[in-house]
Amino acid sequence: MKRTLTVLGMTILICVVLPGSASAQQAIVLKGGKLLTVSHGTIENGVLVIENGKITAVGSAEEVKIPANARVQDVSGMTVYPGLIDSESYLGLTEISAEQMTNDLIELSDEIMPHMHVYDAFHAESELIPVARLNGITNAIVAPENKDTLPGQDSFIQLDGKSSQEMLLVRDVAMPLNFTGEQRRNESWEKRKFPSTRMGLAAQLRQAFLDAQHYAQDWADYEKKKSEKADDKEKKGPPSPPKHDLKLDALLPYLQGKKTIVLAAQEPSDLAAAVNLAREFNLKFVLNHISHSQPVLDYVASLKAPVIVGPIYEAPKPQERYDAVYSLPAQLYKRGVKIAFASYDAHNVRNLPYAAGYATAFGLPRDEALKAVTLNAAEIWGVDGNLGSLDAGKTANVVVANGDPLDISTDVKQVFIDGRQIPMTSRQTRLRDEYSGH
Amino acid sequence: MNRITIGSAFLSVTIVAASAGQPAASAAQSAAHNDVLINNAVVMTVTHGNIQNGSIYIKDGKIAAVGRNLKAPAGATVIDAGGKYLTPGIIDSHSHIALDDDVNEATSPVTPQMMMIDAFDYQDKAIYRGLAGGVTTSLLLHGSANMIGGQAIVIKHKYGAGRDAMLFPGAPRSIKFASGENPKRVYGSKDQLPSSRMGNFAVQREALVQAQDYMREWAGYEAKVKRGDKDAKLPKHDLKLEALADVLRGKLLVQIHCYRADELLTEMEIAKEFGYKVRAFHHALEAYKVADKLAANDVAIATFADWWGYKNEAWDAIPWNAVISMRKGVRVAIKSDSDDLARRLNQEAAKTMRYGGATEEEALRMITLNPAWIIGVENRVGSIEVGKDADLVIWDGYPLSSYGVPEKVLIDGDVYFDRSLPGFGMPRYKEGE
Repeated sequence: MKRTLTVLGMTILICVVLPGSASAQQAIVLKGGKLLTVSHGTIENGVLVIENGKITAVGSAEEVKIPANARVQDVSGMTVYPGLIDSESYLGLTEISAEQMTNDLIELSDEIMPHMHVYDAFHAESELIPVARLNGITNAIVAPENKDTLPGQDSFIQLDGKSSQEMLLVRDVAMPLNFTGEQRRNESWEKRKFPSTRMGLAAQLRQAFLDAQHYAQDWADYEKKKSEKADDKEKKGPPSPPKHDLKLDALLPYLQGKKTIVLAAQEPSDLAAAVNLAREFNLKFVLNHISHSQPVLDYVASLKAPVIVGPIYEAPKPQERYDAVYSLPAQLYKRGVKIAFASYDAHNVRNLPYAAGYATAFGLPRDEALKAVTLNAAEIWGVDGNLGSLDAGKTANVVVANGDPLDISTDVKQVFIDGRQIPMTSRQTRLRDEYSGH
Repeated sequence: MNRITIGSAFLSVTIVAASAGQPAASAAQSAAHNDVLINNAVVMTVTHGNIQNGSIYIKDGKIAAVGRNLKAPAGATVIDAGGKYLTPGIIDSHSHIALDDDVNEATSPVTPQMMMIDAFDYQDKAIYRGLAGGVTTSLLLHGSANMIGGQAIVIKHKYGAGRDAMLFPGAPRSIKFASGENPKRVYGSKDQLPSSRMGNFAVQREALVQAQDYMREWAGYEAKVKRGDKDAKLPKHDLKLEALADVLRGKLLVQIHCYRADELLTEMEIAKEFGYKVRAFHHALEAYKVADKLAANDVAIATFADWWGYKNEAWDAIPWNAVISMRKGVRVAIKSDSDDLARRLNQEAAKTMRYGGATEEEALRMITLNPAWIIGVENRVGSIEVGKDADLVIWDGYPLSSYGVPEKVLIDGDVYFDRSLPGFGMPRYKEGE
């Protein structure tokens, strides 16, 4: 017992020390750079002040007063921009793709798995995370793989921290509902089982939502009975609570419209079916992929939902022009749809900015492309109060690079997460240094 | 760079084993009687710098002149490049497009008699999508399930021109070898040899020893015939051993799928032991660890810019591999091995500028002249020089960036892709043909 107490004491101590050390942080000033604020334009020869993990001032050299005792870094000739946000990644759920024991991407035993929480598998020490953040990606959605209709709930992470607890900023931030056909259990005639068709998938989803509604009602009835007058209770005895069901419990915040469903479809037909299903149960949703829905983009716009678009590298259908998917972000933007980009990857999350850049070659304005990997994403995931732009009061997730954030040849020089300057090293830089010398 | 070179229409080009390679240009193919002048381009020659405000004169499918202020002969078609960048067509030295699902004859670890031409799906739209990404030549390889796979074909991305017109005339033969995880996984999972790296290399050596015996048998027979021995018994023809004998005779370019540093070394030892040359290691994600050894053996690599971690033998992959290896003297190509990456190899090449500081010309060379060398067609394509095939790309935007996309792609002097056109953007193609 004594031992347990000591351990607990240490835990508490650690919790106390962390914020303490942050508050003692010396102010960092990035001076002379070109600030891409995202929220309020570009500031040439700007000054950005970081204190206690926050951005405390952003402006021109004339406007911003540099705090006393600050560590001033001259970043003249550099571009300074907010940390990039990946709106779907598998970081922390896989290490070596072909080695199954390093994968925790999906629970395939059933299609309806809303009680799977990626935070339970998130591996904070993954070697993939430093590789991603060296290219300026500071935050990401971690999602389960899309092979179930309801594979579990996403978490929103920060790509640095002392532990998974520190890195998991928002647990269960949203829940994917995948309706792309890939969830069918139809690999072969021998292995075919329910649900092997889209009808099966949809029926199963409907039943799950109905079961959850029923379950919610059972609990409401129970609570009501519990609060009824004592004399009733004496007659009937105390009411017995319904059985707990983790699966159905997990669906409730989504059925109540408190949380967001990430509705994934590719083709117009799947999109319509998925949207109708979501409407049947009043689900609040953002759209995911829609890579082959070009013919119905006005319909998409009418849904007034943001779209996580792509991957834009998805191959067009044989009858489609080569740039049918590349041009999708621009087509959505033209229709007033809020878009965000995702890597849909783990090992090469670092290439997120290049997808945004490539979309500009097919008509998306450059400012909008940057917004789609920063502020738009922050708004979609409900973290725009802290992230997504260079504004005083926001978390100091800041990137310093020698050029355009979306261009391949740009070299990221410094990354700040939560105001901490991240060492620019990874397993890969260590291998590089070991072998490039001799 | 103000040089104007009007060369002979066709340089006398020697191609390794040309006689045994793909058929030379047929009458129909060489009937490309085009006469085109491209003006007002930033010509990125790859071999002799950039020419600002440059021009290229194309005659009968070949580059006939490169320089400034070239005048178009009467009747020539003039293309104004509008000050945009112009590069040689991109060359993909590792592709599996247009083979439907027939990439791997994964039923035996030694299948050198497989001919990729027999699976060539020339209507695959992946050829078009590569073309729209600036790719004009690709090496279509057997997969990596087998230690010794099949024989490749070299295509030009003349989508819609028909099967035979798409074969690169006179390109030498290549054969695919593999090593490491794929063969051991494929056969090990069936409880067959090989299931380990020892097994892999034993299978490879055994096949080569059989080929030596086969050659000896034929040599013995031929010697007897020469001596006038009427009882000389004709040995059996064996497609498999005949193909391997061609490896030992140096008639096939050997392209080896290989990841780990130790295996790169072992493959070079086996090649030395049996007296053949390795043309290139493909993937070669650990080449940076033994780059000096590769350079000493004049073995090229065809690698990814930044793919890693998808399997154990890709765990030590680093995006600096290409540039570290290049600086140590290795001829480096960036390849796709993917329908997707094949559409934007220019961006993959740009990553070598980001990781390790390749110059613009070095980066460009990794997707043009160096892969041309790996395929054995470096005297025909891969740079903008008089006498070479007029396989050219005019770019909208800077090609070595996130923003560069092909505006026009010419193959043998004909425009095969034009972004400004509606539909597929292919002036020489009609759907359904």
